[in-house]
Amino acid sequence: MALPSYTETRYRIWHYIYIAICTFVFFFLIAPLFVIFPLSFNAEEFLVFSEGMKNLDPDAFSFRWYKDMIYGTKNPWGLAAKNSFIIAIFATIGSIILGTLAALGLSSRHMPYKGIIMATLISPMIVPLIISGVAIFFFMAKVGLAATHTGIVLAHIILGTPFVVITVTATLSGFDHSVTRAAASLGSNPVNTFMKVTLPLILPGVISGGLFAFVTSFDEVVVVLFLAGLENTTIPIQMWTGLREQLSPTILAVATCLIILSTLILISAELLRRRSERLRGINR
Amino acid sequence: MSSETKQILTTDGIPLEVSLKKAEKKNKIKAFLLVAPLLLFLIITYVFPIGEMFSRSIDDKMITNMLPKTFKEMEKWDGQELPSEEVFTAFYYDFKVLVEKQEHGKLGQRLNKEKNGFNSITKKLFRQVKRKKIDESSSIKDQIMKVHKRWRNVEYWQAIKRTAPPYTMSKYLKGVDMYYAADGSITQVDEDRRIHRILWLRTLEIAFFVTLFCFLMGYPIAHLLATLPMKYSNLLMICVLLPFWTSLLVRTASWMILLQQQGVVNDFFVMIGLVADDNRPEMMYNKVGTYVAMTQILLPFMVLPLYSVMKTISPSLMRAGKSLGGTPFVAFWKVYFPLTIPGIGAGCLLVFILAIGYYITPALVGGASGTLISNQIAFHMKQTLDWSFASAMGLMLLSGVLVIYWIYNKLVGVDNIKLG
Repeated sequence: MALPSYTETRYRIWHYIYIAICTFVFFFLIAPLFVIFPLSFNAEEFLVFSEGMKNLDPDAFSFRWYKDMIYGTKNPWGLAAKNSFIIAIFATIGSIILGTLAALGLSSRHMPYKGIIMATLISPMIVPLIISGVAIFFFMAKVGLAATHTGIVLAHIILGTPFVVITVTATLSGFDHSVTRAAASLGSNPVNTFMKVTLPLILPGVISGGLFAFVTSFDEVVVVLFLAGLENTTIPIQMWTGLREQLSPTILAVATCLIILSTLILISAELLRRRSERLRGINR
Repeated sequence: MSSETKQILTTDGIPLEVSLKKAEKKNKIKAFLLVAPLLLFLIITYVFPIGEMFSRSIDDKMITNMLPKTFKEMEKWDGQELPSEEVFTAFYYDFKVLVEKQEHGKLGQRLNKEKNGFNSITKKLFRQVKRKKIDESSSIKDQIMKVHKRWRNVEYWQAIKRTAPPYTMSKYLKGVDMYYAADGSITQVDEDRRIHRILWLRTLEIAFFVTLFCFLMGYPIAHLLATLPMKYSNLLMICVLLPFWTSLLVRTASWMILLQQQGVVNDFFVMIGLVADDNRPEMMYNKVGTYVAMTQILLPFMVLPLYSVMKTISPSLMRAGKSLGGTPFVAFWKVYFPLTIPGIGAGCLLVFILAIGYYITPALVGGASGTLISNQIAFHMKQTLDWSFASAMGLMLLSGVLVIYWIYNKLVGVDNIKLG
């Protein structure tokens, strides 16, 4: 942002202060993530930068915590990762199906009581997780699904659907309904119309909602803490116990992997968003 | 006459209006059927359980079911003098049933919460009943009164009478550091034991300041992102979105590393000579840690709504303001700022709602002085197992959040929430 040459000095100074503030905030946002990378390669057992690391001594770096993460005998990371992925995948599928159907209904202009229903469907996102956790725990304990994968998947569907509802409704707001009428007038039945016409058009919204649901489930710890037994441990639960009890660098190795995963998800979400914007642009 | 002739009919001979209404109704049902699966699912697994939390929080049926005969006889008792022989007799038979079911211990614990000293005298009475020392043919009142002198004290019988209703608000009162005194009036607990009120105030304080910090930090960068050319702003947007997509626990872990006493932030302070090496300040396990970590974690939720509003403000408005003689400050304050108020409202409410119910981060970096009400709820769910109290606290928090949610819905509309 170059300033025009006629800018007075005091506004020039203000401008530089503004740029400095922004730089600081961006640094504040992103820098904490990067402290994890180097420390996860620490050869020592402490979570501080050793003298060797500060001098960039190659002996001070090692892969031992990554090895520990994968091969460590006492480490439950393997089981936790397996559980996390299974739970997140099923929760995502469930959220996508229920959320997309609901979004289709909600974006119809014939939908009765739209406001109150929308508010109810979004509420799991707004209600503090601890309260959701308590309520869902009471329910799952009553129907005998506490400490089961099914119970956790159902809980994560509850927490994941609001994201799908929001993103798909947003995509549908730019959706031209005359294309479905055109399909119907050409003799297509509603299911066929949905699969061949509507779904391909709203797919970016569905997938990006699915990504949100996946991340929500994959990162969720509060509700799982209430629901999970020893067999259902997930990555967030292991990190939570690790951070509370013995802060070992293995956690940082896991954290690094998680940051890489979230970077991949961010890239796909961004690509989808742009594609969706482009598609909506064409529709207008 | 004229209206009849003008009425338009469909090919089937039905008036168009009726036919249209029929079609609309069909569409309504169709739309509703699409929403129904999710709505039903949420009502069964989520909305009802929250309602169950409410019934659990006021539930006091256990003792009502334990002493049915006693409470029936007590209806006739005025509660001033010691109760009559009938009440004692009824209590004795109720207690005998409990001894057979081995539930007398529960009764003692429950009554002990109402008035201290019940635990030991129910144990004494239990021993007498167990050994069949109580002669049912003579006055039971006299015999019970002989078991312990507290059974002769009318205050203990008043305490039993207070537990008669199947519902109680005492958990809610406990949540704001109050209780039912002996005479049934609502009293505050002693000043040095008012822990919950401190927690509520601290939760509000932390949520308020985190929102304020997020606003102060989020506004400039949202403005920068909205005014920079696309190719730069997309790059900078990653700085906002990457933390947004990164695991909460990872971000909390990185703050734990940064803020510890031998951590990077302290190293930096020592390096620039702000603090002495042997006098590094404690920045974690207190409020500072909670503030810093929560602000960074919630900042994207402030930036994104602000950005989406600022993006729609045309830069020519600021130019018009300046060309009409306003200084850049005046143009900003009178033109730009008012236009961003919807974004400010959305961002602040969202951050406040999220902050007020935060659990994980305060639990890890907050220590004793940085914990919030959520941590107290989790504590009672997991440690003390006082689930009805946890439910009561949860619902008190929930009602606060719902009020803000309602305001948010009025101001912003839930369907306008932007995600990324």
